[in-house]
Amino acid sequence: MRLGCWCVLLLLFVSVASAGRDVDSGSNDTGRNPAPEDSHHQTNSTHHKKAFPVLSFNFDHVRKPFEISLWILLALLMKLGFHIIPRVSHVVPESCLLIVVGLLVGGIIKAFDEDAPVQMLDSKFFFLYLLPPIILDAGYFLPMRPFTENLGTILVFAVVGTLWNAFFIGLTMYGVCQIEAVKLGRVDLLSCLLFGSIVSAVDPVAVLAVFEEIHINELLHILVFGESLLNDAVTVVLYHLFTEFSHKGTVTVADAFLGVVSFFVVSLGGILIGAIYGIIGAFTSRFTSHSRVIEPLFVFLYSYMAYLSAEVFHLSGIMSLIACGVVMRPYVEANISHKSYTTIKYFLKMWSSVSETLIFIFLGVSTVAQPHPWNWTFVVVTVVVCFVSRVLGVVSLTYIINKFRIVKLTKKDQFIVAYGGLRGAIAFSLGFLLPDNEMKQLFLTAIITVIFYTVFVQGMTIRPLVELLAVKKKKESKGSINEEIHTQFLDHLLTGIEDICGHYGHHHWKDKLNRFNKAYVKKWLITGERSTEPQLISFYNKMEMKQAMMLVESGSAAKLPTIMTPVSMQNIQPKEPLKRRAIPSISKSREQEIRKMLRGNLQKTRQRLRSYSRHDLMVDPFEEDVSEVRLRKQRVEMERRMSHYLTVPANRQETPPVRKVAFESEHQVYTYDDSESPKGRRAQTNPRPPDEVHLLSESSTRTNQRATPADEQDDQLKLSRCLSDPGPKKDDDES
Amino acid sequence: MGAAQTRTENKYQDLAEKTGFSQEQIKNLHKRFQYLSGDEETISRDDLRKIPALANNPIRKQIIEAFFDKRNQHQDEVGSFQEIGFEQFLMVMSHFRPPTLKTTDEEREAMRREKLRFLFNMHDTDSDGTITLEEYRKVVEELLSKSGSIGQEAAKAIADAAMLEVASTNVPHMGPDDFYEGITFEHFEQILKGLEMESRMHIRFLDVDAPTMHCGKSKS
Repeated sequence: MRLGCWCVLLLLFVSVASAGRDVDSGSNDTGRNPAPEDSHHQTNSTHHKKAFPVLSFNFDHVRKPFEISLWILLALLMKLGFHIIPRVSHVVPESCLLIVVGLLVGGIIKAFDEDAPVQMLDSKFFFLYLLPPIILDAGYFLPMRPFTENLGTILVFAVVGTLWNAFFIGLTMYGVCQIEAVKLGRVDLLSCLLFGSIVSAVDPVAVLAVFEEIHINELLHILVFGESLLNDAVTVVLYHLFTEFSHKGTVTVADAFLGVVSFFVVSLGGILIGAIYGIIGAFTSRFTSHSRVIEPLFVFLYSYMAYLSAEVFHLSGIMSLIACGVVMRPYVEANISHKSYTTIKYFLKMWSSVSETLIFIFLGVSTVAQPHPWNWTFVVVTVVVCFVSRVLGVVSLTYIINKFRIVKLTKKDQFIVAYGGLRGAIAFSLGFLLPDNEMKQLFLTAIITVIFYTVFVQGMTIRPLVELLAVKKKKESKGSINEEIHTQFLDHLLTGIEDICGHYGHHHWKDKLNRFNKAYVKKWLITGERSTEPQLISFYNKMEMKQAMMLVESGSAAKLPTIMTPVSMQNIQPKEPLKRRAIPSISKSREQEIRKMLRGNLQKTRQRLRSYSRHDLMVDPFEEDVSEVRLRKQRVEMERRMSHYLTVPANRQETPPVRKVAFESEHQVYTYDDSESPKGRRAQTNPRPPDEVHLLSESSTRTNQRATPADEQDDQLKLSRCLSDPGPKKDDDES
Repeated sequence: MGAAQTRTENKYQDLAEKTGFSQEQIKNLHKRFQYLSGDEETISRDDLRKIPALANNPIRKQIIEAFFDKRNQHQDEVGSFQEIGFEQFLMVMSHFRPPTLKTTDEEREAMRREKLRFLFNMHDTDSDGTITLEEYRKVVEELLSKSGSIGQEAAKAIADAAMLEVASTNVPHMGPDDFYEGITFEHFEQILKGLEMESRMHIRFLDVDAPTMHCGKSKS
């Protein structure tokens, strides 16, 4: 642990020193031009004096990327460091620690009397590079069900709540400034309103950072978080509105009306742009089955383009980004391979994590770097007024909202929603963008104080308060198939009851949307057969995949029956069919289909193994494992079942560890396809049970390939999805 | 007119106490009942089947059957009616009332149990108190009934997996020779504990008098 701390401090000094050195060596341009000239001169005139420089030092060449990388590395090491010190990370949320680190680093840089990289938090870098990954991560993984169920509430909080906050704070501060004692009579109403609109918005970055760690229940999380995302439109409009007005000087009614109109334009326009890009992205992903490696890039780039396009027109970029992610996601996930899905997930998490860390550190650094005109009254009153207006707003809005909600918000819920209204870096950056007048520094100071107060005080105390008030925590859901079945069942049931009652409620419209989606949209945006796959089946496939992965990770499949479920199929199959065969038969044609699909996939595997290129994904033995192990699992179960019914004692062979099987299966791929014609062997379906038992006693692993228990033919369907390209394409090789 | 009105109000009072609806809601539902039954005293299955919007619902049969199921009347009878009157209609509807702010925790528990019981009755078609594998398979099949032949095969696998899950959660240590008869109500409750039925299984019942209810819209 000590070693870690020392390493961190060392890196700190190195980064600061390098920052110092860069300023020493002057700006890029002047630094680089004389240097080559110098060496040129030297080589020309004094080539006989100076030896060839074996080792030279040219830092300017890599200065900018070097600095950026160093900052990011510092941020990440800090993140690592916090978890080494467990006591602190329990009490203090990570965001606070990062700000403190930023303060330290900023202090150190200032102590060296250097120029801090304050420009990091200015509009361009922050809004174009730091913010989008976080928002995309949030939007792409937004839990749709609770979000849509509470959309009305979220919108009311986001729009009405933010408006209320902005005006209340602005007007109160104006009133305060009018008081003689404060000596701030110069501040006009519009500046105060502008200030109010900046500081009123709940910040998604801060909310995410703090709420991630406290694990409260889904409803509260989505309320506060959804509000922080959707209030961007309001903030954008108010900000531009008041900036324009303060230029013009006078405000007419027409201007106010246009302001309202622009709100709708900004929000709906942003959403529209995002939806368009989302649909284009979904459509593109339909054709990526041959170049799986670049699939994740489409998701990222289309979303980023949506953000930038919205920013071009001064529409709400955040809403555009979220709309793009939400629209794109269901279709893209049906089209892309499992690996791409994992890649997208991890890249988004990674980028958003880095961004978040950097934002907080720079917040700390910028605080130290600014001159801070301090006016006690103004700053303290701002903090108090922010808190008061938030509480008032939440309480009164909840009173109204509860009249329309079925599941009401209790007082505890209201408290958490009010207390969770954290301000963050967006407010700071917007403040930075203010035109340079004498009030700007004071405003910035006040904004920083509010941010610090909410992040430190509220962020640190929210966790013990949640414990104290016994707020419901997030329940750990394991993805139960029963719950999924019943969720769907409930949806249909409630729609049906609504139809019988005769009014078109929430469920009716949702059902209509689903049917529209299924009938028209999915056909266009999802490849092949997946477009008609019902949700329940996709869910089931995903669960099977997950289970199979778990099996592989747990190592040998021999342990399987005891660790997974001691209860197996044989326990729930009704006992009557003892008279009939143990394995129900399937139709010949079905079997042919399965054979075809299996062979087709195996053939593709073989082809891929033959050609190696940078653009193709190598068939991962891991995925071979997965399918292998699943076959194995089914085989073991079937084995047990048959040993129960048949008199011939099944030779229970010790199933070899998975890895070994994988290698053999790779070779088996060749021999199976080359030597055997599956048709000949498969012609006999009836006398299969004794055959199987016979084969089981051999230790040949070939039985894995051939043992397609009739019962599990649908597993073969899923097997084809387990491999890299989903969507069973019926090959024509057999026709 | 006055006497008749007070009489209906008394009748509504009884129903209100029994089912928990408000007077307004009962009045609206009565209007709807009369519309469905063609102004008669009772409705039959055909009356419900005539509702056009229900045609697209994959579990239409089960929903209609639930109205005529005697078990949902909470009078410890089994079997099914041929026709039901308004009171029985209301009883079935009362399963879909939401909890209010004033509902205590015990009441919530009772409400949850009642709703789960309703669902259980929908699945347990032969009224023997357990959901067998066959019955569960039927449920999943109906859910996927609009999806063609893929649905048939996958339905069986899904139902099997679900049954397996229930068995392994509730009876974790079964020997290889034990047979899991079927899902009992306690197991059903256990497996759906996480869904918080009392907050999810409800619809909005109109309080205001809407003249043409079947065209009215409401927001939740």
